[in-house]
Amino acid sequence: MRNVIETDVVIVGAGPVGLFAVFELGLYDLRCHLIDILDRPGGQCAELYPEKPIYDIPAWPEISGAGLTERLMEQIAPFHPEFHFNRMVTALKKLDDGRFEVETDENEIFHAKIVVIAAGGGSFQPKRPPIPGIEAFEDKSVFYSVRRMEEFRDHDILIVGGGDSALDWTLNLKPIAKSVTLVHRRPEFRAAPDSVNKMFALQERGELAFEIGQVTGLTGEDGQIRSATIKGPDGDVEVNATRLLPFFGLTMKLGPIADWGLNLHENLIKVDTEKFETSEPGIFAIGDINWYPGKLKLILSGFHEAALMAHAAKKIAHPEAKVVFQYTTSSTSLQKKLGVK
Amino acid sequence: MTTITFVAFDGTRHELEAENGSTVMENAIRNSVPGIEAECGGACACATCHVYVDDAWKAAVGEPEAMEEDMLDFAYDVRPNSRLSCQIRVSDKLDGLVVHVPERQA
Ligand SMILES: Cc1cc2nc3c(=O)[nH]c(=O)nc-3n(C[C@H](O)[C@H](O)[C@H](O)COP(=O)(O)OP(=O)(O)OC[C@H]3O[C@@H](n4cnc5c(N)ncnc54)[C@H](O)[C@@H]3O)c2cc1C
Repeated sequence: MRNVIETDVVIVGAGPVGLFAVFELGLYDLRCHLIDILDRPGGQCAELYPEKPIYDIPAWPEISGAGLTERLMEQIAPFHPEFHFNRMVTALKKLDDGRFEVETDENEIFHAKIVVIAAGGGSFQPKRPPIPGIEAFEDKSVFYSVRRMEEFRDHDILIVGGGDSALDWTLNLKPIAKSVTLVHRRPEFRAAPDSVNKMFALQERGELAFEIGQVTGLTGEDGQIRSATIKGPDGDVEVNATRLLPFFGLTMKLGPIADWGLNLHENLIKVDTEKFETSEPGIFAIGDINWYPGKLKLILSGFHEAALMAHAAKKIAHPEAKVVFQYTTSSTSLQKKLGVK
Repeated sequence: MTTITFVAFDGTRHELEAENGSTVMENAIRNSVPGIEAECGGACACATCHVYVDDAWKAAVGEPEAMEEDMLDFAYDVRPNSRLSCQIRVSDKLDGLVVHVPERQA
């Protein structure tokens, strides 16, 4: 038997909107578990533009993506949300007792009265580099992450990219590989200077190869690559490789959400504008992932959606309770929940 | 007003009038120039407004800054004249600018 985590609410996605939903739901005494494929909170703000300023958050004339995430984490702390990072929500279905079952790719099961999909542009997944025919080798000899290092032992490994993932795996796989070749289109890297220095030192000692260029072609058969063509400043070079690890950053893909039986509108989840509920009562969708006439993909719109959603969610979770509208400024009961002394 | 020409991968030319101070990408989007996606809306956070600056204009347009070079790592078929069009600002000295749209964005 797998362990089942029981909770009031499961929130799919820990972007800014999923985070703020914890606050609004918390005011109604609903406990939340959040699941995200990233390794930290903040969604697009954390992954795509942590250092860039946002100018249209009410009352914050200027705040960075990382700053906004930090502030939200501080604001929701009184409600003790539980985070489950590095996992993708794969399945969502209704149980006989009216609750929902949420499953992740790490084999966890959650049972919740309410599900809030705050999945933004979809889950972050590795970008596929534009190399013709690469699909045929994926998951057999081309990998976008290293789940088990043993898969790489005694192989000729070709690593492509100039960020921390590329550099870290170049250094980590070196001791168990038959050979390692790093390919990047220029001699400057976006990685920790220490890793870059280590890589160059190994190259100098002839323990690994570094090629400047872009991979333009692969040879091989039955899913097994044999070599790669690298287009460099002095023309094409052919490099032997039995494993390829391309690191081209992350992109957002809708992913399994499309299979959950919810009404969609061009890959977005259709909701009403009173409760931001999907076609399945008890499942809500807020933030960039939803669609309704007039929708704007703005953080502030997602915050508004979270407030209305929480009001409706409370009625479903506790049908017997009278849901009263209160201000945080004046309600002593809300202030108690927030830990205001 | 400054004139900019986008040459599509198939050779089609799109000539448009651009306001000084705007970015080359913004003008492409406003005029629905095919092949410029600009997913992130001009924040230099993706690489989907990639263009090749025509050789005759390379010097006038100048070199990318470090942050743009980092993003260009994610573009397809990067060449010495590659730039992200959201980082090229239109001015009088670019009147007549020609940029080429790559076969595909990342
Ligand atoms: C460069 C840039 C600049 C921007 N500037 C502004 C601005 O100035 N003002 C503004 O209001 N907005 C701006 N935006 C848009 C803003 O970032 C989004 O509106 C906002 O991030 C949406 O928040 P969200 O919580 O709905 O989704 P996201 O931030 O997209 O977060 C969704 C999270 O859900 C996770 N997820 C999805 N599916 C699954 C799954 N199946 N399993 C596990 N996890 C999953 C994803 O990994 C992701 O972390 C900008 C966006 C970009 C890219």
